[in-house]
Amino acid sequence: MNPIKELNPTFLQSQENKTHLVNYLLGVADNYLILGQRLGELCGHGPNLEPDIALTNISLDLLGQVRSFYQYIAQIKGDKSTEDDIAFLRKERDYKNVLLVEQPNTDFGYVIVRQFFFDVYNKLFLNSLQQSADETLRALAFKGIKEASYHERFSGDWFKRLGDGTAESKERVQQAVNDLWIYTDELFHTTEADNAMIAAGVAPDMLQLREYYYEKVEELLSTATLQIPEVEYFQKGGKQGIHSEHMGRILAEMQYMQRTYPDSKW
Amino acid sequence: MIQDFNISSEIQAILESVMDPEIPVLNVVDLGVIRDVEVKGKEITIKLTPTYSGCPAMDVIGDDLERAFAAYGYTTVVQLIMSPPWTTDWITTRGRAALEKYGIAAPLDETADKDVLLNDKKLVKCTHCGSQNTKLVSQFGSTACKAMFQCDDCLEPFDYFKCLK
Ligand SMILES: [Zn+2]
Repeated sequence: MNPIKELNPTFLQSQENKTHLVNYLLGVADNYLILGQRLGELCGHGPNLEPDIALTNISLDLLGQVRSFYQYIAQIKGDKSTEDDIAFLRKERDYKNVLLVEQPNTDFGYVIVRQFFFDVYNKLFLNSLQQSADETLRALAFKGIKEASYHERFSGDWFKRLGDGTAESKERVQQAVNDLWIYTDELFHTTEADNAMIAAGVAPDMLQLREYYYEKVEELLSTATLQIPEVEYFQKGGKQGIHSEHMGRILAEMQYMQRTYPDSKW
Repeated sequence: MIQDFNISSEIQAILESVMDPEIPVLNVVDLGVIRDVEVKGKEITIKLTPTYSGCPAMDVIGDDLERAFAAYGYTTVVQLIMSPPWTTDWITTRGRAALEKYGIAAPLDETADKDVLLNDKKLVKCTHCGSQNTKLVSQFGSTACKAMFQCDDCLEPFDYFKCLK
């Protein structure tokens, strides 16, 4: 796919553009990191072998994608920071992931619903990002979307299977939908940095994606014979660095090794 | 088809001695991850493309390449390139044969691949007995690139290398 417009070669010579791009990329990449970490917790704990292996593979894909994004961020910053510093040495408030991805692995229904809600977004997002004015982002999107399609197929299949399954699976997956629905809207919120990148043609227009998203999710909800929850408000905050109580625990576990043995290498 | 990197047979042989750590019968040239090789005296720059973003084999392949060339007195710089992304079409004919012999069914073309993974079509050949009477057991196998199949004639399970395009 061709970019909507090409980036002006002088674009990154402006410090302001650079800062916005870094912040924008953190918002994108931190979702992959935190969801990848969450799924990693399930390694060896899946309900049976197939989803256990699949979820671990999805986790690996996400962590692989985040590495590419962090490497790009490190390159733009041009200081001495590395992908590992960005992943492991920030404080909670500096992570810009949405609240959805930090929600706990309450049960298999939650894991699948959280994944499905994210995968639908991610596939739409990467599809649009293939038209980014930024060449590196186009390449990352082109690579990532193949994986995101597999993820969505996996979580979408389970979503339907659980929703249209037994009375118990239906009840539990509906509960997960009701609890997690309030976190979906934040996927489409934009920060000042995001808006600057949308204006520059680097980032996709999130309002348009939001429309496609709810169309797709509501269609699948109906196929899975599940109800669309009625909510009065949506949760937000993650993109501003204001996280739920779960985030601190994720970071404590994830950062333990780097903080105990700084600069340790495999 | 094996790509012509315009390099000496010595360099080609060293490259081909490095195997995919997860499929040890498939060398990196036959896997199709080597995109370019530049030789300047004893310095070699290798452009490597990852199969899957998070494939843990990639770091290992990079290290293995450095080690293999160091044994012949070369220093190696491995550059990861993302674009164009790797596709299973880049696995060579020799690589596909090695996969099959190892017990992994080689990727079908894109349409046939969709038919077996999504529509229960019987197109993947059992690597044990050659029967096409096979069924998908799981879309996700022991690694992200493989799906699990079972043969309904000899009843043996086997892996299928999924098409990635
Ligand atoms: Zn057989």
